[in-house]
Amino acid sequence: MPKQLMTFQVNGETREVAASPTHTLLEVLREELDLTGTKHGCELGHCGACTVLVDGEPVLSCLLLAVEAQDAAITTVEGLARDNNTLHPLQLAFAERGAAQCGYCTPGFLVSGVSLLTRTTDPSRDEIKDALSGNLCRCTGYTKIIEAVELAATRMRETQQPVPSSRSRRNRP
Amino acid sequence: MMRLPKFEYRAARTVAEALEWMGEFSSAADKDPQAHAMLMAGGTDVLPNMKHRVFTPQVVVGLRGVAALRGIAYDPEHGLRLGAGVRLSELAASPIIRARYPALARAAEVISTPQLRQMGTLGGNLCLDTRCNYYNQSEFWRKARDYCLKRGSEICRVAPNGTGCYAVSSCDTAPVLIALGATARIASRAGDRILPIADLYHDDGIHPVRLHDGDVLTDLYVPSPPGDWRSTYEKYRVRGAFDFPIASVAAVARFDGAQCADVRLVLQGVATRPLPLPEVEALLRGQPWTPDLLDAAAELGYKAAHPMDNTAGTIALRRRIVRAYIRRALDALIAPSVIH
Ligand SMILES: Cc1cc2nc3c(=O)[nH]c(=O)nc-3n(C[C@H](O)[C@H](O)[C@H](O)COP(=O)(O)OP(=O)(O)OC[C@H]3O[C@@H](n4cnc5c(N)ncnc54)[C@H](O)[C@@H]3O)c2cc1C
Ligand code: SF4
Ligand code: FES
Ligand code: FES
Repeated sequence: MPKQLMTFQVNGETREVAASPTHTLLEVLREELDLTGTKHGCELGHCGACTVLVDGEPVLSCLLLAVEAQDAAITTVEGLARDNNTLHPLQLAFAERGAAQCGYCTPGFLVSGVSLLTRTTDPSRDEIKDALSGNLCRCTGYTKIIEAVELAATRMRETQQPVPSSRSRRNRP
Repeated sequence: MMRLPKFEYRAARTVAEALEWMGEFSSAADKDPQAHAMLMAGGTDVLPNMKHRVFTPQVVVGLRGVAALRGIAYDPEHGLRLGAGVRLSELAASPIIRARYPALARAAEVISTPQLRQMGTLGGNLCLDTRCNYYNQSEFWRKARDYCLKRGSEICRVAPNGTGCYAVSSCDTAPVLIALGATARIASRAGDRILPIADLYHDDGIHPVRLHDGDVLTDLYVPSPPGDWRSTYEKYRVRGAFDFPIASVAAVARFDGAQCADVRLVLQGVATRPLPLPEVEALLRGQPWTPDLLDAAAELGYKAAHPMDNTAGTIALRRRIVRAYIRRALDALIAPSVIH
C-alpha cells in the first residue's frame, strides 16, 4: 500500500511524514517519527505499553489508525518533560522510588499517571489504581509505581506547578 | 510489529456517506467474493480481529467523524437518546446516566481499561462480534488447528457434533439496555427502522447481530424510568480490569411497597446472545422478596444457563457464578444504596 503524507501534532510540534494508511499510530510514532519511547507489547489492547495521550486522554496507540489521529494533539512519553527540559515530577518520582525495573511498561504508566495528575493532584489510592488499571507491569508488583504517583502528587501540590500546554484537553468525539 | 492486513480506509463524514460506501461494496460482493467493507467506530474490536486476520475487509469505513452519531440527551418524558458513537468513558461519566440508569453507567465502567473506554463506542459494543477460545486467536494458531466453523472450516471445535457455532456474546452494555427496554434506530439505504435491542440478537454465533450488511446503528433510546425503578449490573471477570465477562447479570426492578411490581433479568457471557430469564422474572413478580424466594430465583437462573467450554472459566464455574450473581443482583436491587 503506497505511503501517504500525514500531519501530526506531536509533543507540541507539527510533524509531517509519509506513512502507510494501514499503519497504527504506534507504528508511525516508532518507525516514522523515531519516537521509540512508546513501547509495543501485545499490540492487541491487552497491556497498555503503547499508551499515549490524545487531546489529554490516555488511549492505546496500537489500536488507533494513524490516519485517524491527524487532527489531535498527541503527547508521548518524550513530551512529558517540562518546557525547560526538566523531567515531569512523576518521572523523577519513578526514578527515586524505583518504580521501574525492566522499564518496558514505564512509558505507558508515566503517560497514564500524568493524565491522572493533570486532572487532580490529590488522588486517592483507589483513583490511582483505577487510572493505572489499563497498564500491566510484570516486574514491580505495582506498589512502587503507586507510591511514585503519590510522591509526585504531593510535590505537585506543594509547588503547584502549572500544567504544560501540550496537554490541553480539547473536547473530541 | 503485528501488521494489519492491507485495506483501504475511508473516513465517513455523514451516515449517508457511510451507507453509500457500504452499499457499493455489498453489491460488489455479489460479483467478487473478496470485495467486502466493514464499519469501524472506535476500532477496539475491529483492529485486533484484523491483526489476527479474523476480519479481512477490503475497505474500512471509519465512523469517527460522523457528528450525528454523538451526544447524550435526556428529557423526563422521552427518556434518554444516545448516539451510537458515544464513547464508553462518556457513558460511565454522564451524571444523568449515573443518576437515572446506574446499571448502564456501571456496565460501561467495567469494560476493559480506562484507555479502551476512551476509544470504544456504545454502537461498537452493541455490534461486538461473539467470542470463543478457538476464534480469537492468531491466524497461525487457527490455521494450525485447521480453523473452525465460524471462520474457514466445517467443524465447530467446541461442539464437533453440533450444527452451529456457540461463540459467546460478551458485550456488557447489551444486557442492561435489553433489561431497560431500550430500542435502536438503524439506518439503511432503504430507510430508517427502529427495533428493540433484544431483537438485535439471535442464536447464531456466526452472525450474532441481526443487521443487514451495511446498516448503521445510529441512535439508542432508553425509556424514562418511573422514579422508583432500580437497576444494577453485576459482572464477574478474572481480573478487575481488561477482562470480558465470564458471566454477568443485568437486573432492573420496581417495587410496590414490599412487593416486586416488575422485574427484568438478562444474563451475559453464557450464550451466543444476551439471555433474558422470563421464568425467573415470573417467579419474582408480584411477590415480596424473601431470602428463600431469591434463592429459588437464583437456582432457576442457574438451570437456564448452559454455557459451552469456550471462554475463560470452566462450565461449572460459569454456572455457579450465574447463580451467585443473580442472587447478588437481586440483593443489590433491594439494598438502600441503589435507591434513587
Ligand atoms: C483487551 C480488550 C478487552 C475488552 N473487554 C471488553 C469487555 O470487558 N466488555 C465488552 O463489552 N467489550 C470489551 N472489549 C471489546 C470492545 O473494546 C468494546 O466492546 C468496544 O465497546 C467496542 O467498540 P468500538 O467502537 O471500538 O467498536 P469497533 O471495533 O469499531 O466495532 C465493533 C463492531 O461494531 C460494528 N459497528 C461499530 N459501530 C457501528 C455502528 N454505528 N453501526 C453498525 N455497526 C457498527 C463494527 O463494524 C464491528 O463489527 C474489549 C476489547 C479489548 C481489546
Ligand atoms: S463455538 Fe465452535 S464454531 Fe464457534 S467460534 Fe468457537 S469453535 Fe468456532
Ligand atoms: S501494545 Fe497496545 S495495549 Fe499492548
Ligand atoms: S518494570 Fe518490567 S514490566 Fe514493569
